[in-house]
Amino acid sequence: MSTAVAQKKGFGAFMWDYLTTVDHKKIAHLYLVAGGLFFLLGGLEAMIIRIQLIKPDNEFISAGLYNEMITMHGTTMIFLAAMPLLFALMNAVVPLQIGARDVAFPFLNSLGFWLFFFGGLILNFSWFMGGAPDAGWTAYAPLSTTSPTHGVDFYVMGLQISGAGTLIGGINFLVTIVNMRAPGMSYMRMPLFTWTVFVTSTLILFAFPALTVGLFLMMFDRMFGSVFFDVASGGNVIIWEHLFWIFGHPEVYILILPVFGVFSEVFSTFSKKRLFGYSAMVFATVLIGFLGFMVWAHHMFTTGMGPVANSIFAVTTMAIAVPTGIKIFNWLFTMWGGTIRMTTAMLWSVAFIPTFTIGGMTGVMLAAAAADYQYHDTYFVVAHFHYVIVGGVVFGIFAALHYWWPKMFGKVLNEKLGKWAFWPFFIGFHLTFFIQHFLGLMGMPRRYWKFLDGQGLDTGNLISTIGAFFMALGVIIFLWNVIYTAMKEPKASADPFDGRTLEWSIPSPPPFYNFKQTPLVRGLDALWIEKSEGKKAMTPAEPLGDIHMPYGSIIPFVMSFGLFIAGFGFIYQVDNPVWLSLVFIGMGITLGSMFVRSVKDDLGYHIHKEDLEKGDGQV
Amino acid sequence: MAKDTNSTHNEFEKAEHKQEMQHQVISFVMMIIFTIAAFALVVSDVSKYFTIPIILLLAVVQVVFQLYYFMHMKNKDHEMPALMIYGGIAVAFMTILTFTTIIWW
Ligand SMILES: [Cu+2]
Repeated sequence: MSTAVAQKKGFGAFMWDYLTTVDHKKIAHLYLVAGGLFFLLGGLEAMIIRIQLIKPDNEFISAGLYNEMITMHGTTMIFLAAMPLLFALMNAVVPLQIGARDVAFPFLNSLGFWLFFFGGLILNFSWFMGGAPDAGWTAYAPLSTTSPTHGVDFYVMGLQISGAGTLIGGINFLVTIVNMRAPGMSYMRMPLFTWTVFVTSTLILFAFPALTVGLFLMMFDRMFGSVFFDVASGGNVIIWEHLFWIFGHPEVYILILPVFGVFSEVFSTFSKKRLFGYSAMVFATVLIGFLGFMVWAHHMFTTGMGPVANSIFAVTTMAIAVPTGIKIFNWLFTMWGGTIRMTTAMLWSVAFIPTFTIGGMTGVMLAAAAADYQYHDTYFVVAHFHYVIVGGVVFGIFAALHYWWPKMFGKVLNEKLGKWAFWPFFIGFHLTFFIQHFLGLMGMPRRYWKFLDGQGLDTGNLISTIGAFFMALGVIIFLWNVIYTAMKEPKASADPFDGRTLEWSIPSPPPFYNFKQTPLVRGLDALWIEKSEGKKAMTPAEPLGDIHMPYGSIIPFVMSFGLFIAGFGFIYQVDNPVWLSLVFIGMGITLGSMFVRSVKDDLGYHIHKEDLEKGDGQV
Repeated sequence: MAKDTNSTHNEFEKAEHKQEMQHQVISFVMMIIFTIAAFALVVSDVSKYFTIPIILLLAVVQVVFQLYYFMHMKNKDHEMPALMIYGGIAVAFMTILTFTTIIWW
């Protein structure tokens, strides 16, 4: 019924609906589309980098543009692609998995998205406004503080604004998971994806402030004449590295933990078995999260911290291999003896295990501080982190999209095309990055624009570039699958994969209020318990009653748009104080909309019991 | 909480509120005393090696009062905020310890 209404609405109404939505399922769509577009953009930048390195002494792009490409590739992929794609999954799934009707703060959820989106826009506007940032995605001082164009200013403002969005999102999910679980769902009955999102949100809460502080210092150094990172005036460039990595290392766990949750769900569902060692998995997740804060200086072994610091950070880093190993074995044991169905989601998950294990192994190699002096800033490092981030996060996002696509869009992605997308991507990935380990060991430094003939680097780089084209092919087939599925595939049932958790107990896609009656959870894998007792649906925990829903609002969009304008004001006021007017206009818009939000009561509305009863013929 | 015991329930609640109020007033007075003590220490001629640790200690106690009495952390259902706060303090403490002992000595 609701789809018929949606089809009658014009394009304008459709846009307005998404601009004002506070529904977590629609915000998930927004995150997915925006994150997907940035992923394609980052991928395009990656292709340009690989084409430049296809042969020795190539002149495909200039040295300056190359620096901008590598910087924007890294920044875009981490902050504007991986993070929002994970937020898309979190929004789409977590409230459903815990039996909630929405997140704790729907308004803030929308605000978090729009802040991220406008931050990403600022960053990418730099391409058209005098040059993109070119100091690497880590923006080390003094390279970043002395970079002559406005590029790094765009980096600072863009990340500051989108980082605020991420922080808001993280807090929202913490509160949601703590307070909004369905009756009976104790912590040790939460699905593992919810657990990993919970730990990830904690990491966001504690790690992002370090980035915020670092970016503020950088902003004041570049725009207002402070000297935090100016050695000549008594500053210290290493402070930036510390702040960046105190944030940066937890950030990689922020990225990887949710997909650990995804794999746990996928392995368990498609092996038709309860997850092996659930409590050990929870423990390992929490431990990884905690240890993630004790290892940041392994990125700085060559800065001269001294042997004591280097040794301690080497040991703490290697310690993380233990809980990660626990997880790998638990996944293997989950599959062991199970009734395995090799769906596309399962294929991505199975491929993840060896790939990520290689990445973990090179991670331990890099953690050996003495050996790191040899690997540091070579393609060995590039190979390592692409193995964990692509082999872990990207594989995980693909697995999750195939697994939850019916819950998000009401149709199962075409299996055949799914596998056709997987193989070129998987083969291309290993072609691209496996050889880079050896390029690195042969001494090829990362971030260099060119390499020269006759140094034994030609073949390896050629293979690497060919692999990148295979990966691009895989992504294109996946996009084709999305279009094909939307046009040709039939509507999915509520539970197309014989799932185990609460999200599969409601229709695909769910009604906007999710659960007509809050379900009663009687154990881990709540839906599976009911199924194994021969029941078709969850036992409700409450009688059918009115449901309270929040109204949509355009304010989050306006609030973020104000910061977007102010961002440009901050960047350009260095050239001419007239630009400060933009700061005042932008901040005025933001503060004004905050004021409106504070004084205007938004009490929401109720869906009445009678409407729920006739809404579909089930009750 | 059944409906027929409403009156006794109310009385119980009243007593509880009274006690709560007492706690708040006591901690409020304590905080004022601590603040005055801190100022007095700075103004008077005590060695700063004595003053600084004492002020820090008073500050910590005040934060605890604030959290437990005014922000209700002593009440039930505040385990998760407590865990978060102490977890954050632990991480921050480890980080500062690292900087002061092994990185920048
Ligand atoms: Cu790290």
